[in-house]
Amino acid sequence: MDNTLNWREKIITRFIKVSGYSAIIFVGLIFYFLLREGLPTLREVRFESLFATRWYPIEEYFGILPLIGGSLIVTIGATLIAVPFGIGTAVYISEIAPRWMREILKPLVEVLGGLPSVVLGFLGILVLSPYLRVLLNLPTGLTALAGSLLLGGIAIPTVVSVAEDALDAVPRSYRDAALALGATEWQTIWRVTLPAARSGVLTAVMLGVGRAIGETMTVMMVTGNAPVMPTGLGALFAPARTMTATIAAEMGEVANGSVHYHVLFFIGIVLFMISLIVNVTASAVVFRQRKRQERILS
Amino acid sequence: MKYFWIPPLFILLFFLAGCASQSGAANPSSDNAGTIENKGSDTIVNLALAWAEEYQNVNPDIRISVTGGGSGTGIAALINGTVDIANASRQIKAEEIEAAQANGGDPVEFVIARDAIAVIVHLDNPVNELTLQQISDIYSGKINNWLEVGGDDRPIVRLSRETNSGTHVYFLEEVLRLGDKENKTLFSQNTLLLPSSEGISAEIRHNPNAIGYDGLGYVTHEMKVIAVARETDTGYILPSAETVNNGKYPIARDLYMYTNGEPTGVVKTYLDWILSAEAQPIVTDLGFVPMLP
Repeated sequence: MDNTLNWREKIITRFIKVSGYSAIIFVGLIFYFLLREGLPTLREVRFESLFATRWYPIEEYFGILPLIGGSLIVTIGATLIAVPFGIGTAVYISEIAPRWMREILKPLVEVLGGLPSVVLGFLGILVLSPYLRVLLNLPTGLTALAGSLLLGGIAIPTVVSVAEDALDAVPRSYRDAALALGATEWQTIWRVTLPAARSGVLTAVMLGVGRAIGETMTVMMVTGNAPVMPTGLGALFAPARTMTATIAAEMGEVANGSVHYHVLFFIGIVLFMISLIVNVTASAVVFRQRKRQERILS
Repeated sequence: MKYFWIPPLFILLFFLAGCASQSGAANPSSDNAGTIENKGSDTIVNLALAWAEEYQNVNPDIRISVTGGGSGTGIAALINGTVDIANASRQIKAEEIEAAQANGGDPVEFVIARDAIAVIVHLDNPVNELTLQQISDIYSGKINNWLEVGGDDRPIVRLSRETNSGTHVYFLEEVLRLGDKENKTLFSQNTLLLPSSEGISAEIRHNPNAIGYDGLGYVTHEMKVIAVARETDTGYILPSAETVNNGKYPIARDLYMYTNGEPTGVVKTYLDWILSAEAQPIVTDLGFVPMLP
């Protein structure tokens, strides 16, 4: 009896350990695979032509700058929309809304987060982009702006649920103290609660940005996919082609092992690096703040 | 600590078991097994599906599975031996034939129908006709306003299929470059590359600035088809079965099916049926042009 229990215990512990390590192993393997398939690009394509401004792979034009620019402009637009709305919603749900409202809003936001991006893309093609074209008098509504608006919508639920958790974790006593000192409700939120939850809110923003930069289907459907080099804020109102849409649209057709195939993986490496930098910056900031907080509290 | 190897061993065995049962069922059946794998061009996929359905009604013991993905995808699958028939809206490339031969194959070509590429605009656009040269200049970015080709004072928004589409490559070679191999004209960089025919038709329906192109089978009455002239003095022709078959409409192409080696068994019977008077009328129903006179 004792013996079988021991056995079972051991197997279960091993199994859990293996699952734990497998995450690390998979990330490592994916990174190795990306490098192996993407790095030959540097040998096959000259540096100047890789960092050029024309992307037309079937005629050997492999300039990836318009794609990086397209991803950045769409993501910046999405962040500008998702951060104020996301944090605003989180503050409303956690600080202001009465209990019954909260009970309705939270699940609704989560449903919004579960919407398939293809559905949003269809809405974008049929409703949003014709509307934008007429409203702003643009040549076409299939622009970076349409992509930003939809991506903002996709990122908001992520920002709301993480930021709301962070605000919720701020001890009641902080708010009570602020109110007792005569602060208004708004002053309490802006000067006490939000700063106290800063690291969690920052994580929420970073996760939102990560969600936006990695999104594929929606942007492929609504941004027009024209590989134009963005030159300023005006590019928000023109078509753009993102890195994710390029990989998704072209990977299916490309001959295995060709230059084009390697360049697509190289774009994958660039994308991986960008989201790595976003994540590392975020956790570095959070880590530094936590240390400071610990010092104050102890 | 003694039993640490047991869980990984189970996992390994599990994978090995998977491999074993796979290896038996690989090769596609080109003999009398009664299934045909058919994959390739998105232009042809609806036609291929209609044929497959009709054929299975007549011959219930044959199973035909049809998938899209693009001409290149279909040919790649034929080279790798995972399909019996590849559909293509362009001719097979020399390097694809080499790859097939390196793999011990030998692609055989069948022309199964013809397709006209219609140039389409919004219903409110006053422009009715364009020459090939004008269309080329529009798509290469030399003409940027509808005023220059007799329309309203509006910017031109160019729509195209993605670069992996056989239709895109055909349009580049035959329209932008006017069939000239030395011509290196490219699509203007701000050409919108849309991933689906639906994306193009939605934009054409809503946007009076837009110009697009797509197979005749995808054209509906919610858009206007442009009459095209080869030269300014040869007359403007609208695409139809008649103008494609007599060679008057300039932007038309053959549609292909490829098999690996001369087809045998059920694949041969199926291809013979496709080219017969029984199956070719289905081509017309789907907006393509049949091979039979």
